[in-house]
Amino acid sequence: MFYRENGQFKTTYRADQQIFPIAQDRLALFIMLAIAFIAVPMVASDYMFRAILIPFLIFSLAAVGVNILVGYCGQISLGSGAFMAVGAYAAYNFFVRIEGMPLLIALVMGGVCAMLFGILFGLPSLRVKGLYLAVATLAAQFFADWMFLRIQWFTNYSPSGSVSVSNLQVFGFSLESPLGKYMFCLALLAVIALLAKNLVRGAVGREWMAIRDMDVAAAVIGIRPMYAKLSAFAVSSFIVGIAGALWAFIYLGAWEPAAFSVDQSFRLLFMVIIGGMGSIMGSFFGAAFIVVLPIFLNQFLPAVASLFGIEISTAGISHAELMIFGGLIVWFLIVEPHGLAKLWSIAKQKLRLWPFPH
Amino acid sequence: MKLRKFVLAVAVVAAGASVLTTGNAFAQAKEQFIPVLSYRTGPYAPNGVPWANGYVDYLKLVNARGGINGVKLSFEECETGYDTARSVECYERLKGKGASFVQPLSTGATFAITEKAPADKISVVTVGYGRSESADGSVFKWNFPIAGTYWVAADAIMQAIAKKEGGFDSLKGKKISLVYHDSPFGKEPIPLLQERAAMHGFALTLLPVTAPGVEQKATWLQVRQNKPDYVVLWGWGVMNSTAIKEAQATGYPREKMYGVWWAGAEPDVKDVADGAKGYNAVTMQHGAEPQSKLVKDVMAMVHSKGQGTGPKDEVGQVLYMRGAMSAMLGVEGIRAAQDRFGKGKVMSGEQVRWGLENLNLTQSKLDALGFAGVMRPISTSCMDHMGASWARIHTWDGKAWKFTSDWLQGDEQIIKPLVKATAAKYAADKKLTPRTPADCQS
Amino acid sequence: MAFFLETLLGGLMAGMLYSLVALGFVLIFKASGVFNFAQGAMVLFAALAMARFSEWVPLYLGIDSLFAANAIAFVGAGMVMFCVAWVIERLVLRHLVNQEGTTLLMATLGITYFMEGLGQTIFGSSIYKIDIGMPKDPVMLFESTFEGGIMINKEDFYAAIIAAALVALLSIFFQKTATGRALRAVADDHQAAQSIGIPLNRIWVIVWCVAGVVALVAGMIWGSKLGVQFSLTTVALRALPVVILGGLTSVPGAIVGGLIIGVGEKLSEVFLGPFVGGGIEIWFAYVLALGFLLIRPQGLFGEKIIDRV
Repeated sequence: MFYRENGQFKTTYRADQQIFPIAQDRLALFIMLAIAFIAVPMVASDYMFRAILIPFLIFSLAAVGVNILVGYCGQISLGSGAFMAVGAYAAYNFFVRIEGMPLLIALVMGGVCAMLFGILFGLPSLRVKGLYLAVATLAAQFFADWMFLRIQWFTNYSPSGSVSVSNLQVFGFSLESPLGKYMFCLALLAVIALLAKNLVRGAVGREWMAIRDMDVAAAVIGIRPMYAKLSAFAVSSFIVGIAGALWAFIYLGAWEPAAFSVDQSFRLLFMVIIGGMGSIMGSFFGAAFIVVLPIFLNQFLPAVASLFGIEISTAGISHAELMIFGGLIVWFLIVEPHGLAKLWSIAKQKLRLWPFPH
Repeated sequence: MKLRKFVLAVAVVAAGASVLTTGNAFAQAKEQFIPVLSYRTGPYAPNGVPWANGYVDYLKLVNARGGINGVKLSFEECETGYDTARSVECYERLKGKGASFVQPLSTGATFAITEKAPADKISVVTVGYGRSESADGSVFKWNFPIAGTYWVAADAIMQAIAKKEGGFDSLKGKKISLVYHDSPFGKEPIPLLQERAAMHGFALTLLPVTAPGVEQKATWLQVRQNKPDYVVLWGWGVMNSTAIKEAQATGYPREKMYGVWWAGAEPDVKDVADGAKGYNAVTMQHGAEPQSKLVKDVMAMVHSKGQGTGPKDEVGQVLYMRGAMSAMLGVEGIRAAQDRFGKGKVMSGEQVRWGLENLNLTQSKLDALGFAGVMRPISTSCMDHMGASWARIHTWDGKAWKFTSDWLQGDEQIIKPLVKATAAKYAADKKLTPRTPADCQS
Repeated sequence: MAFFLETLLGGLMAGMLYSLVALGFVLIFKASGVFNFAQGAMVLFAALAMARFSEWVPLYLGIDSLFAANAIAFVGAGMVMFCVAWVIERLVLRHLVNQEGTTLLMATLGITYFMEGLGQTIFGSSIYKIDIGMPKDPVMLFESTFEGGIMINKEDFYAAIIAAALVALLSIFFQKTATGRALRAVADDHQAAQSIGIPLNRIWVIVWCVAGVVALVAGMIWGSKLGVQFSLTTVALRALPVVILGGLTSVPGAIVGGLIIGVGEKLSEVFLGPFVGGGIEIWFAYVLALGFLLIRPQGLFGEKIIDRV
């Protein structure tokens, strides 16, 4: 009843080609943006910002990047943690070594360095496919781990190898408060997600999807696998690099290479799979799931246990979290292998017909 | 189907409710809240568990003794798994409950929380770990590496080795290898050891072990080839027992190995037992102290009432004592704050910071608390947040840790300039102005 | 020269230990097409079961002989792994038939987390000891020819022999028994095997059970070397280059790959490492495997990947 496309006629090609052709979609997006930019800052507590919203935003950005590579182009990559690390350390070096470097430029340069690193370690994808590629990208992960521990130039010769940034400000607005950090990440995420959404709608995105579906056939009809695969790696690592720089600068403040270990790569892959591969919207769902679930379990389980009068130690809660996390992933994959985004699109389908069943 | 949907809906609502209400709890009016960041799972759990048990048991002991001038302690544990991001999340969640100090038990988390703590007015107490340069209170107003830092540990090891060789001059031409955990924690002693190597003319080889240190065959093959006179082990968690096992497997004499105080506890040597006989480690004042008055008090007032946090045979072990000592130093900081700002009141973060900066634990005070023969006096000040630099060496004899040296003290001539220089570099990087003497009086 | 030989031998033996873990991956991939990321967690779970059982047997059953305690613990742990295999097939694999490789991979990652949590809940998170009587001291060979002799780690040597014996046993199992033939048929083509009456579900349980026993042997040996604790799961990450180097579908590939990776790792760390500051073992193994893959994208002994358009 409400989600009808009837009567929405497009009179120009431009109108027909817009990202959100249905007016209700545009309205929903506008409301979501209004809530994110205006309502949330008014009601959220410091803890919500620091522990839930900011990680969610940063991981959504990273998940968008990984989704482009894994979901749209079909190249399984387990090296996302390395790309985040490269982005973070490159941004750090630009920020610290060049006097007066604006934060935004440092972040973008971090993304560019991650892009170059991604192209380098994406070269094997031209020869190696599938699961073999997944394990090969772990080479990038472990190499990056070692590189930032051993080559002291990257950490500005700090004696312990740990680096930190402070006094962040953009266009005169200080980013010390949680609200400032939140707005900055939100703005960056909105811009980059929009750009990514547009990219995957275009020719490049269609090339990626052709490679994903059947790369031999794609080559036959004239899509050059090298350009397609390497451009996927490039765009993906650029976005993941910026996300890594944000994670380091905004959330952690001071970090060491262990912050970007192989666990991070697995986490990102989980977000993409659970959220839905090949869907920008899905990246957000996946990131929300993975970020909120441990915190929710941490609060929920002791409450449930105290209902039954049992006291669990923190170790027990941690183990239960692991088990529930693993169990939920398996359950999700059984129930909806295409992820939360598929559930969302099914919901939209149902909404189109509502209140009729068919 | 309906039941499943209903359950799902209830779960979602509960999720939303619980997530929205986190971080809004207040501490009870008359209770001092202490956050406990610990790790009881993951690769470092075997070492993290006894520390956490000691820490919590001591807090329970304080409450059993009547609190601090009548103010009881409330505490909450948060599992960090030795992961920096989780530690930061735990810190954010627990700080709103009235925390005045936090002890992260992880060098990585210490670095991250050091950036946030000054704004939150919460002291970062890092007993025996953290940044070695944070002993300089003029730059690190909110960091307290009380009772010892890594440079003190490295220096104590060097002094013990020198003593064995017959003086520092006899070290000329000798070879010492550092087998270290490849992380900021493991790299901490390198500046001091390099300084000593330059001073006395011994060759220092650095052998990093990739975390978590499960595979060390190649490292110990290199040790076998180099044939160093001594090996300094700087590991944590499973890396320690693996190193000792590999030393045994390659035939390197354990008597020539010296571990840092985080590599010298029961979990590291227990399952190697006789294979670790002769392995030495430096201790931060205390070792395994089953005979101390503290242990007797804990058994009487906490464990006998069924309130013990861990198994009874763990009480008095090395890491248990370290956890208890860390808790004691934090509690004494609160007590010192109460002495100045009002006995019997709940202290704020700033007041506890003053207390930690003006600790004066004389031997009689320590004895009264149960640490007779375990600890030596500690006295912090505005410029010196470490307060003491005593250490001893203990050796594993196959069944227990036994002290095999006198009291050693970190050499101020070498450590102090290093601390000042590194702290000054930090201040320059962060554009901080070091504190003035006037600021010290507040 | 002596030191080079020492490192080489050490690398070969380490490689055999990696092959043990890699075998589990290969077995499951061969028979069910699933890349089992949970192999590391299975190694840990099996090792924990064995360590704890061997601790509890003297306590609760009063049997004092070390050999008997270990034997009972081994059988008990084997039964635990059979239960694990059965549960995984029932609850996970059966519902994910015909899904893509990535989905199955993610499902095994979910199983990994579940087993890690479950293992630590049931058995605890301290370091536990497995004592199967392995000698801990080294032996020096050829002391007359080389100065100082070549050091052989006795424990690694016995472990390599056990691994070789296990591989031989598995080869006989696959070649000579009816179940082995059925497993090879299923690995070849699921549908064809089903059409001639081979029960797929039962075969999958058997495969996961065999992989579980392989994980148990691997866990026993690694646990005896390092002590049984959480970091044992990272051994799986060390065995992954072996799997892709040898080919995902080949048992001899796992052995050869293991030897190459073991030697490559140790030689690089000992001889190249000092020039770059050390710690290069792990990524060197992956880069080495990657190098081989660039020449043969399906691994040394893997099946050629044929794409049909």
